[in-house]
Amino acid sequence: MAEKTMVEAIRDAMFEEMKRDDRIILMGEDVGSGGVFRASEGLLDEFGPERCMDTPLAESCIVGAAIGASLNGILPIAEMQFASFSHPAFDQIISEAARMHYRSNGTWSVPLVIRAPYGAGIHGGPYHSQSIEAFYAHVPGLKVICVATPYDAKGLLKSAIRDPNPVIFLEHKKAYRLSRQEIPDEDYTVPIGKAEIKREGSDMTLVTYGLMTHHSLKAAETVQDEDGLSVEVIDLRTVSPWDREAVLASVEKTGKVLIVYEDNLTGGFGAEVAATIAQDAFDHLDGPVTRVASPDVPIAPFAGPLEEYLLPNPEKIASAIRDLAAY
Amino acid sequence: MVSVKDIPGASGLTKEQLLAMYQKMALARAVGERERMLNRLGKGPFAVTGEGQEAAQVGVAFALRPGQDWIVPYYRDIGVALTIGQTPRDLLLAHLFRAEDISGGGRNMPSHFSDPKLRIVSTSACVGTQIPHAVGIALASKLRKLDEVTATFFGDGATSTGDWHESMNFAGIHKLPVIFVCEQNWYAISVPWRKQAAVESVASRAEGYGFPGVSVDGNDVLAVYRVAKQAMSRARDGEGPTLIEAVTYRLVPHTSDDDDRRYRSREEVEEWKKKDPLIRFSAWIEEHGIADHSDLERIQEKIAQEVDEASEYAEQAPVAEPESALRHVYVEEEEVV
Repeated sequence: MAEKTMVEAIRDAMFEEMKRDDRIILMGEDVGSGGVFRASEGLLDEFGPERCMDTPLAESCIVGAAIGASLNGILPIAEMQFASFSHPAFDQIISEAARMHYRSNGTWSVPLVIRAPYGAGIHGGPYHSQSIEAFYAHVPGLKVICVATPYDAKGLLKSAIRDPNPVIFLEHKKAYRLSRQEIPDEDYTVPIGKAEIKREGSDMTLVTYGLMTHHSLKAAETVQDEDGLSVEVIDLRTVSPWDREAVLASVEKTGKVLIVYEDNLTGGFGAEVAATIAQDAFDHLDGPVTRVASPDVPIAPFAGPLEEYLLPNPEKIASAIRDLAAY
Repeated sequence: MVSVKDIPGASGLTKEQLLAMYQKMALARAVGERERMLNRLGKGPFAVTGEGQEAAQVGVAFALRPGQDWIVPYYRDIGVALTIGQTPRDLLLAHLFRAEDISGGGRNMPSHFSDPKLRIVSTSACVGTQIPHAVGIALASKLRKLDEVTATFFGDGATSTGDWHESMNFAGIHKLPVIFVCEQNWYAISVPWRKQAAVESVASRAEGYGFPGVSVDGNDVLAVYRVAKQAMSRARDGEGPTLIEAVTYRLVPHTSDDDDRRYRSREEVEEWKKKDPLIRFSAWIEEHGIADHSDLERIQEKIAQEVDEASEYAEQAPVAEPESALRHVYVEEEEVV
């Protein structure tokens, strides 16, 4: 066992998988020099420039070429340097990667992982801060993972690499070095599509993912200490497919649910969670299904006070918990 | 421009090969015409075909090794699909969206080719998006040290896309075994070439990517074949990509939903009909004593019979069960090796 940050765990996952299976390659901008977040540090030395491949600055071609390589016996990991820069590849992801298997009646498949650092809170401004999970969770044929902890990141990245489908693997930038966690020395995976109860509770269910998992756990601790409220925090970990059963079972137990996501409110992934609970757990609800999210502005100004004003944080979450508990 | 008169012989092809080449061109013409007819009869809701472009398609495909080299086509490439080994039955099953359709069981549109055993990669309707796939397939061939060449086909319209530029650039950097084939038919639906680019020749753009571009008379099947063979040699020798611009013309509207009278004159179409690649090649064959007129008529008769049979077969073949539309969103467990 060793203590690792999330970015180290991600690097270890790629390193171990590339050691295990020489069909796996990493391709993207600056990956050879270790990447802007150092997620691919050391991979070039170990695997050479063909398997840790620097590409031109052309996201559509990175993903498109990765799709092609995946059709011919390679298992590519395509890195988008920032999620906010991945939009030129949107067409390749939704029109090609996500539909190839379906449109060919199951005769072609695209075993591909697209990694992208996402999320705000690092003074990234409007173009290094975006949450993009809702775009891709909307698209059948893709799997979408949003990781927040070192253990989950490593286990889920290994699952993504071994999955025969295209997987969007979103790594919250602020979680990269937020904390360290004990990581087993031996190989392990975390299943795609399984949520984890990160904190048990009985008064309320809090559904979240990504960086908001950390903020929500802090808020849950605060309201436990200050108000005696017992909040169950569920980290979805995967938003497509998402673990409806785990969420519904918890809501049935607690009767109240708060959904917390960093993306802006309208059409965010939490809206889907809310709709599902409203339809399938209506009889168990003892209060309105409530969301905490960023307001509908084009996300994360560069200026710190403005950025902080917009983003959900432990205080805002704690306040929403208290309001809902009092309902 | 390389043209038939520059060719000393028949590029080393035998009489049988030359007649097979003719047969594929004529078959592609007949399948295209049948698809348009079935559309007019109300049997197929949509047709997109490539009459007029057969020499460009068959000439390149004839230089490839079916089942070994990779084909990343676009939606006009009936001649490519047939030359690589698809049958009129395959294409008409797709046209009439039957369950048995190998390209997608009726899910994808007609002429959106796919045939894994022939390494014809599934095509979308987005223009140019297939080109990065070709580059990635060729990258995989290179990484795996396999003797495979990838040929990707597209119209002039695709050369305006970012994917085209990004792919040409990527292929040039890595000297990938890939052949880019532009079927220059002068129109992106209705937009003429002069409104698509400020340069005369698509081929001239290859220089900017560090590999050769060749412009060839795309209505001269032997000339096309010759430049495709050279491109194949370059690719197999590790010298990298080639861009082929096959200058041709689409003799039919863009699709069954298009009326080309709105954007091009009948005189222009008539002028190109005089350069019909099928007529030119049959004249060449007769002129060089490869076969006489009655031999070619016999080939045509066999084609008509084959297309009739394929059409009848496809018409009676069942459509997939509606609820099967829910399948294959993700790789299903039993498919995972």
